[in-house]
Amino acid sequence: MKPRPNWIAGGLSVLWLGFITIPIYAIVAGSVATGQAYMKGGPVAAPASFTLDSFVRVLAGPFLRYFLNTTIITVSTVVLALVLALPLSYVVVRGKGWASRGVFRLFLFGLAIPSQAVIIPMFWVISAIGLYDTWWGVVLPTAAFSMPISVLILTSGMREITNDLYEAMALDGASAFKTFIRLVIPLSKPSIATLCVFNGLHAWNGFLFPLVLTQSDDVKVVTLGLYSFIFQYGADFPALFAAVILSAIPLVLLYLFARRALVAGLMGVGGK
Amino acid sequence: MTRKRIADERPVHRDALKTGRPGAHWAVPGALFFALFALVPLGVVIYLSFTTWKGLGDPQWTGLTSWQELFRDRYIPQSVWIMLGLLVATICVQLPVAALLGTWAAGPQRNRAVLASIYFLPLLLSTAAIAIVWKQLMDPNFGLPAHLKELVGGTGDFIGTSHGALITLVMVGAWQYIPFHMLLFQGAVRSIPDVLYQAAEIDGAGRVRCFFSITLPQLRNTIITSLIFMVVGGLTGFDTVLILTMGGPGRDTTTTPLLMYFEAFRSYHFGKGSAIAVLLIVVATTVSLLLTRLSGYDRMESTKEGV
Repeated sequence: MKPRPNWIAGGLSVLWLGFITIPIYAIVAGSVATGQAYMKGGPVAAPASFTLDSFVRVLAGPFLRYFLNTTIITVSTVVLALVLALPLSYVVVRGKGWASRGVFRLFLFGLAIPSQAVIIPMFWVISAIGLYDTWWGVVLPTAAFSMPISVLILTSGMREITNDLYEAMALDGASAFKTFIRLVIPLSKPSIATLCVFNGLHAWNGFLFPLVLTQSDDVKVVTLGLYSFIFQYGADFPALFAAVILSAIPLVLLYLFARRALVAGLMGVGGK
Repeated sequence: MTRKRIADERPVHRDALKTGRPGAHWAVPGALFFALFALVPLGVVIYLSFTTWKGLGDPQWTGLTSWQELFRDRYIPQSVWIMLGLLVATICVQLPVAALLGTWAAGPQRNRAVLASIYFLPLLLSTAAIAIVWKQLMDPNFGLPAHLKELVGGTGDFIGTSHGALITLVMVGAWQYIPFHMLLFQGAVRSIPDVLYQAAEIDGAGRVRCFFSITLPQLRNTIITSLIFMVVGGLTGFDTVLILTMGGPGRDTTTTPLLMYFEAFRSYHFGKGSAIAVLLIVVATTVSLLLTRLSGYDRMESTKEGV
């Protein structure tokens, strides 16, 4: 049966489309406009000029350096959180006794700690161990604050593994380690993917920890770079918009080629 | 072979081998790491709130001085009210729009799928990028209000007025976060059993009646999830405010987290900043706990009972 058309909802959806696309249009059109054309026509004028100079100006600056820094920090954060959360989740799901329950409670509680509220002590801790203004100084807190959600995603995936499979491994005389490598990790692949996307997005978009824990250009990340461009480029609007577009490239690629993984990662829900 | 022989000799180990269960020590590195970089700072912030510290050297124990300053500072209650006001406005705008759009996008029609994939676009940008783009859009000289001032009046400096700045913040939040909540609702609506709608149709219920009597009650858990995201985000987030308005004009958009940041990293009053942080942690945790308790979310009742 064909549903009747819903005019009210249709109208609302078109209004919303306008609201969503105006800034998107401004970003794309602004990035390829000349500075003069942009200032004269405003953010939503019909395109009157086309130039890629703005991208050249951004790439000639320190942007690539920021991009590299963000990439290194993102990859390290994802790997560190994964390596630590995998065996931990294995204990939560398969371990016996108070330890596994206690560990799970600890991380449920951790989920409620707002990372913004600990930037002052984090500054103190990271300075005290001599990691201020380094990659590691950003990676460690970012990875730590992705642990609770990582454990949640991984455990919900591992709980789906049936007992028969564990028993079959046990009958073969497999040790805990062998079961982990041969059974748990391969069957956790979907949740591992979700977790990598989720943590990757957070690290990639991270602003606060880098803002408070770094200062030099050598370790500056893209988000902070964009922020400083406001002051650095002043009224060079096309360059700012070009930088915004460049900063979104990895996510646009994910969106184009792995939408399902991206959505699952955004939601932070087990990859089913 | 050798492993098996040892196992036979020692029955305790044999059991461990047979079940292949990991010992508690597997959890030690992860738990230790989390404790060091998440739980220790939580303790340190309480300690720092009883000290005076300029960011260099060692913190000096000064007892309740920071807390006394905190309670004397009239900007603190003001910042709390601004934060709560923004939070309420955010919920009133985002929740209904996200629920309606999500329900709409859950339909099977092709054009809806296409539009939904466009609605998704804000999720590809970081908070910083979004705030920077909107800052340009609202620029007093070259932004939208400046170009529209012949049409709608005003000076073009919309974001420089107290109400304008608050409205801009709510609007940018809607642009950034409604797509996310919409996805939540879209998924939830798709999982509502069709039989409910078929039954309603037989009873002669219209589309509006169906929405209020079936869809909304079925979305209860999603509404609460969305609310928790909004509340926690609203009580702690500050990158948007920092980039977009810097807390201005004056202090009219200075929320409590932003005040904490300014006290610590601009005025170098780390003691007082820590006291504000403790206040923030208490408020944010209490509110989200209350929300889960009041709504019965922690019991996670299924809306599918009886279907």
